[in-house]
Amino acid sequence: MNVFDIIGPSMIGPSSSHTAGASRAGLVARRLLGAEPVRAHITLYGSFAQTYAGHGADRAIIGGLLGFSLDDARLRDSFSYAEKAGLSFVFETSDEEMGHPNTSKIELWDAENGHVCVVVRSVGGGVVNVVEINGGEVMFSAEYDTTVIFNADKPGTVAQISAVFAENEINIAFMRVFRKFEGKDAIMVIETDQKVNKAVLDKLRSSKNILKVITIPPLSV
Amino acid sequence: MIEELKSLDELVAEAEKQGKTISALTLELQAASMKTTQEALTQKMHETLLIMRQSAENGMLETASPSGLSGGVAKKMAESQAGLLGDVAQKAVTYALAIAEHNACMGKIIAAPTAGSCGILPGILLALGECKDLSDDELVRGLFNAGAVGMVIAQNASLSGAQGGCAAECGSAGAMAACAVTELLGGTPTQCAHACAIAIKAIMGLVCDPVAGLVEVPCVKRNATGAAIALTAAEMALAGIESALPADQVIGAMKSVGCMMHESLRETSQGGLAATKTAREIEKRLRSK
Repeated sequence: MNVFDIIGPSMIGPSSSHTAGASRAGLVARRLLGAEPVRAHITLYGSFAQTYAGHGADRAIIGGLLGFSLDDARLRDSFSYAEKAGLSFVFETSDEEMGHPNTSKIELWDAENGHVCVVVRSVGGGVVNVVEINGGEVMFSAEYDTTVIFNADKPGTVAQISAVFAENEINIAFMRVFRKFEGKDAIMVIETDQKVNKAVLDKLRSSKNILKVITIPPLSV
Repeated sequence: MIEELKSLDELVAEAEKQGKTISALTLELQAASMKTTQEALTQKMHETLLIMRQSAENGMLETASPSGLSGGVAKKMAESQAGLLGDVAQKAVTYALAIAEHNACMGKIIAAPTAGSCGILPGILLALGECKDLSDDELVRGLFNAGAVGMVIAQNASLSGAQGGCAAECGSAGAMAACAVTELLGGTPTQCAHACAIAIKAIMGLVCDPVAGLVEVPCVKRNATGAAIALTAAEMALAGIESALPADQVIGAMKSVGCMMHESLRETSQGGLAATKTAREIEKRLRSK
């Protein structure tokens, strides 16, 4: 902790969890899509569903989808920026229990029909946790360079992937593996101290048993 | 020599021993722990102060928040003719309202320490700058002093309404501001700690009960009254009035009171003002929109 955690951050109000966190949920979804979104379907749960209008959580999420940071004054008018950018969106609310009061599910499409669906929790102070990608359970904060790898659940895959990081002198800060059923698709989330560049990505993508690789920069950048 | 900002009493003792202000010692310690220079930190804090000033100016112009619950009160306060508050308090309360309303209206603010309590510290410092002719360099010193207090509270109690009620948010902001003002007006580090302790004692146990879950009612006005309490605490400390209890122990009590506080009074909008008949009607109206 330092003095700027106390006197800060600079943010668009009114709430660090419901506005700043919501904008970062949108931003992390945009980055996981990896392209300019043209269509979004957003479901809000719990406290988000009940208070989104007053907290501007809807405008904040759309701002994040447009790439605006948590202190970008354009968040307030993000709906009109979305129109200009050609992003259409629908919001719905749900009373489904999601395990955390400040949860949103963001489904995005790009112009080439690329698609991602994420469930994000806003856990306070503007910090978010991604807890689901494309139906698979995960858990990461996007505070680091984060690489998400969808792979077949086969022996040796983790070793093979971590070897690629080692060869390229990328230090793994945190690594977690998730899967639903033995032998089916699995997800690896690898948080690193260095950026994962194009060459490394290509190497990962061409590795055996790898279905899809996404890498995103830290949210604070 | 202390290395971490974990105890206000230790920080004050060290400052007194070295003949330094709390802000100077904080800046020194932070530059070391963040592996940067004092100049870089000071520069960044100047940028923070500028955003605070813009938020006060913009907040004076706010007319309505998305919910319709906030807007226009800062302007009314600025034009008040009753004259009950002195120049500094009148202006501090006005700016606190302006910034808190700007926050409610999706304006850009500095969380200090939180968005819900963002009006108190800048409101007071900006008013002090204008009324006492303090330079931005001096106000930036005030922000480092206040930051130290916030760090101590964060580590020994809480800055979150969901954990410690409004006392953790507006209470902490007031304690930070009281401490900063005391230093800026020439108080010793020991007097700063007294101001801080007196300010916390005034809001001990204050619940977090936002109407309809929004950072508006009573938050905006609690920023104003929080500023007035902070100034009262600083004025007392500067007059030589002491807190009978040391600041660290008062912060410890703040933590235990927060833990004892019923969940319905910790930002869940289940109790307190949020559970009044009118609050429930407002809630219903907003949800059906």
